[in-house]
Amino acid sequence: MSNEVISELRKDYIYNLMIKGEREDGRAFNQYREITIDTNVIDKAEGSARVKLGDTHVVVGVKIQPGTPFPDTPDQGVIITNLELIPLASPVFEAGPPREDAIELARVTDRGVRESGALDLSKLCITPGEKVWMVFIDVHVLDDGGNIMDASALGAIAALMTAKLPASRFGLGDDSVVPLRDVPVSVTAVEIGGSIMLDPSMDEESIAGTKLTVTSNQAGELSAMQKSGVHPLTTEQINYIVDIAIEKAKEIREKFLVI
Amino acid sequence: MSKPEKLIADGVRLDGRKPDELRPIKIKVGVLNRADGSCYFEFGGNKVIAAVYGPREVHPRHMQKSTSAVVRYRYNMASFSVEERKRPGPDRRSIEVSKVSREALEPVIFQEYFPRSAIDIFVEILQADAGTRTAGINAASIALADAGIPMKSLVSSCAVGKIDDTLVLDLNKDEDNYGQADMPIAMTPEGNITLLQMDGHLSRDEFREALEMAKKGCTAIYEMQKSALMEKYSSQIEGDNNE
Repeated sequence: MSNEVISELRKDYIYNLMIKGEREDGRAFNQYREITIDTNVIDKAEGSARVKLGDTHVVVGVKIQPGTPFPDTPDQGVIITNLELIPLASPVFEAGPPREDAIELARVTDRGVRESGALDLSKLCITPGEKVWMVFIDVHVLDDGGNIMDASALGAIAALMTAKLPASRFGLGDDSVVPLRDVPVSVTAVEIGGSIMLDPSMDEESIAGTKLTVTSNQAGELSAMQKSGVHPLTTEQINYIVDIAIEKAKEIREKFLVI
Repeated sequence: MSKPEKLIADGVRLDGRKPDELRPIKIKVGVLNRADGSCYFEFGGNKVIAAVYGPREVHPRHMQKSTSAVVRYRYNMASFSVEERKRPGPDRRSIEVSKVSREALEPVIFQEYFPRSAIDIFVEILQADAGTRTAGINAASIALADAGIPMKSLVSSCAVGKIDDTLVLDLNKDEDNYGQADMPIAMTPEGNITLLQMDGHLSRDEFREALEMAKKGCTAIYEMQKSALMEKYSSQIEGDNNE
């Protein structure tokens, strides 16, 4: 988990609150911080979104351009997701190539979009075997206030929902909307001393033993999951998280991600 | 191979297995001379070898922790382990696999016994056939025990997936490529889950069932891991008695 340094005193404070069923910012265990999503914030990008999740702030840009398909999927478009934890966002992030935390966040964001089938890749084919649309999802974390995971997944799908295929710029006909057919939402829970809470703040995330991210689709079914962190989880805890994550995803989708 | 028409027919999979049947497993403990502990693990078509070094000095020094050992895990695929040659060296996938595998094993290691030292786990995938990370974790867990690292328990790992709308244990390559879901799990014999990943498509009920199926698979693997260790170390003890 993060390398954030947190004082023992603060740790005790959060633990003691937790035992009383409270959180430092007054939220209930299954309550998210305030979510704000603005779309089309970058004109040069084919799609973009700025997500604020409490103090966490990310900008996701989607760039789309023609390219060569992978040899094993000659008639399918390509999704490439990248996420960087740049030093601007936190005193503990360092410049340089992405490390395992950033790579994991990027890959889990990618799996949410990919495995839910949100993007209809077959409709991103221009000439089979030669030319397909390549969709680059780039997540820029600007401020780390905890739970970058959910903010970046929200940003990715929100940016895709507003994205256009820039066909006219490449002489390939008229621009059209990106073929979307599902809206996956990731919900992350942390386990702290046996209790489960959603949408961890930075402090909660630094003292949590483990995180579980559950991505579910419109039908309320699972598309991707990732446990991250060293603390084991019991079957009961996992089943509980899956249940509340699906419910919470539905709530967030209906409120913020209406097609 | 292109997508077969059916991956499972009348409850029998393409390789002849039942839905809840694991692929054949072969385990050899202590196969390397230089390493402090090692294990060769065959899991169907997967051939992996794990080595453990340590506890030993930490390089670079700034990585050391003053109150516990650092555990490092390097999952590496040989360039010849897959159909299309893999470019050697770590890529984004192997960095992620290394991270989650390390986190799958860390909870059972008494890291606080060895402050300022490193426990290094190296897993080399010699041949890949779906489920390499689970094979690697199974091998690494035995290699740790073989190295004499104090552990709370072993860790056992296998995947559950969905093919043709049927849940099956331990996907092979074709089932992984053309199936609908893949969910690798690792757990301790007490049932604590230390690795959980999923991609694809599962309903809530299917997920519950899949988790139970994975538990049974892990329990079976645990028994094999235990007997492989017993085999090596009980014969050594008998040998000592005869001298």
